[in-house]
Amino acid sequence: MSQEGTTDSDIEAAIRENHPALITYITAGDPSLEETKEYVEALDRGGSDLIELGLPFSEPIAEGPTIQAAINRALDAGTTPEGFFDLVDDLETEAPLLVMTYYNMILQYGSSEASRASESDAEPSNKPDVRPFVERGAEAGLSGIIVPDLPAEEADPLREACDDYGLDLVFIVAPTTEGERLDRIMSQVSGFAYVQARLGTTGARADVSGATHDSLARLSEYDVPKAVGFGVSEGDHAAEIIEAGADGVIVGSALIDLIASSDDPAAALEAKAEELKRGAIRGADDNAVESVGETAATSPSER
Amino acid sequence: MSTSNHETERNRERNSEATFGDYGGQYVPEALMPAVQELEDAYERYVLENEDGFMDEFRERMRDFGGRPTPLQRADRLSERYGREIYLKREDLVHGGAHKLNNALGQVLLAKYMGKERIVAETGAGQHGTATAMAAAHLDMPCEIYMGRTDVNRQRPNVYRMRMNGAEVNPVEAGSGTLKEAINETMRDWATTVETTHYVIGSIVGPHPFPKLVRDFQAVIGREARAQIQEQAGRLPDSVVACAGGGSNTMGTFHKFVPDEDVDLIAVEAGGSSLEIDAENAVAPNSATLSTGTDGVLHGAMTKLLQSEEGQIMESHSVSAGLDYAGVGPELSHLVETGRVTPVSVGDEAALNGFHRLSNLEGIIPALESSHALGFLEEAHEELGDLVVVNVSGRGDKDLETVLEETEKRDLEAAPDVEVFDS
Repeated sequence: MSQEGTTDSDIEAAIRENHPALITYITAGDPSLEETKEYVEALDRGGSDLIELGLPFSEPIAEGPTIQAAINRALDAGTTPEGFFDLVDDLETEAPLLVMTYYNMILQYGSSEASRASESDAEPSNKPDVRPFVERGAEAGLSGIIVPDLPAEEADPLREACDDYGLDLVFIVAPTTEGERLDRIMSQVSGFAYVQARLGTTGARADVSGATHDSLARLSEYDVPKAVGFGVSEGDHAAEIIEAGADGVIVGSALIDLIASSDDPAAALEAKAEELKRGAIRGADDNAVESVGETAATSPSER
Repeated sequence: MSTSNHETERNRERNSEATFGDYGGQYVPEALMPAVQELEDAYERYVLENEDGFMDEFRERMRDFGGRPTPLQRADRLSERYGREIYLKREDLVHGGAHKLNNALGQVLLAKYMGKERIVAETGAGQHGTATAMAAAHLDMPCEIYMGRTDVNRQRPNVYRMRMNGAEVNPVEAGSGTLKEAINETMRDWATTVETTHYVIGSIVGPHPFPKLVRDFQAVIGREARAQIQEQAGRLPDSVVACAGGGSNTMGTFHKFVPDEDVDLIAVEAGGSSLEIDAENAVAPNSATLSTGTDGVLHGAMTKLLQSEEGQIMESHSVSAGLDYAGVGPELSHLVETGRVTPVSVGDEAALNGFHRLSNLEGIIPALESSHALGFLEEAHEELGDLVVVNVSGRGDKDLETVLEETEKRDLEAAPDVEVFDS
């Protein structure tokens, strides 16, 4: 079962080597792709261990108001998949990059390429295909993909394409995911498991959901890194989540708020990343103190 | 990779149930998957197997509360005008004034059988919202309706109707403030409250099992019409015509006729003001998804969509709010792809003429949605054979204001002179 130490996943390595990991999200193109480049570099400097870039889709059903607004700003600014990939081409971050987008964006990148390529043919294929997106993502240097409207049941084509091009496919585990479905997801996931802290949509909240602890407990037997998102906005949240057993925290809406409201977003993002990373480390230190007694009694291989 | 192959095999088995050929599926956030699967289970037990007499109770309530069965009526003047037998399926006579109650009552009752405590639903023009609010009041279930801000402002009477039936109406400020934003927001509510709440989706769209569930509640239209036409005309029709937006009246009318290969099934879409796409502004001035759309994933299903080359969903347009949607039910996409259903489209003007013609000739004021089917009849009756069934999916009282406004802008051949007011 265990692949610990033998993984060829940049993402899994980034989480394990920088434990506890900070994963940051911003929407590409909010308010422009040029500024996104600056902001990603600031997040990288601030200590992000992985960076998720949102490729905007017009119907973001998993997002709360903050990220919906960011997506609208990005679309209004004319952000396209090709512009997104050009940005990724240009980025040279220490943190591996993931794309977070909706399934239709992945499908259509394929079909529009195919129809463009076959414009002269009498009968162009109009069936969407996920492979051109994955191929272009790999070429641009992306390490993984997260698709909030693609459950494991529908993921075979993308899973296969990701395997072929060496990208991780990250799945979300919700508070409602249990039993057999949890097994299935955990057998397909690569990179890390995205633990959704609460039911509902993305968005900064004032506290850490009780569902987080339950979810982490359900996942403790699986040897895949676990990162918690949905509602995380402060260093103290990060500490609490890491203390509860997560390997990483994911922060998005709180960063988008800074981009929308700060006079110097790059500096604010860098400072926020530092705060969150410090919080995560504090949580890990608290854990280490608490578990000194246990470690003496239980060897790690028995866990 | 044995695990992965095993999963692939399992997914393939599951997918044959969840799809119609290349279309359908369950493209929803993970948090909703358990609820969608719970609904699959309930669909099988209560709808397909009539457990606890669910379907018996549904039919009884549709009779006593809903006014079923509805008549199939020979349209004498239209038959004379077109030189063939024209029969109208009168869904405008269902309680509430449209076929929408068939589905809304079915799903609210199902939610009750499933032990859910709360109903949410989206609405565009307000037809599905008012039907759901009526059904929820009838079955004593708390109900919240999401409706785009633009639609709230232009459909005030329907907002009042929903409020009078005790439903909360939540305006959705995002985007263009119409149906697709309302669906997005209802899905977000459902993703938050999924453990206690059922989402009564308004058409044969969404993740499996919704397209089948809604179709089966709506299939009463075709089941009745098929028996009635044989009784009244002595045979099956040559063609069956229904308008298509999301497609619930369409699929409800067609479903029982699909195996009758000699019966042509024609889905009439909203051609709006033009079939040309304004790519620059990502706007389709029509809702002709089956005729002009391309394959993609929206609101939980693979289906035909009005979308940009990059995959952004377009704003659609039609004089009829109920047809104004950039997607369509996956089963209709499949039936069009296989050639069983023929998609056609009729523009705003032909639909308005269809509205006036039926009102004037037959004394029936049809919904603007249904008027598209009647507009098509005028244009193409010669290709429809000797015996034609047209579904009048709803009544047009709700559309009077729009029709007056749109008629004034145009020189319509079928419009009456309404200049009786002091100016």
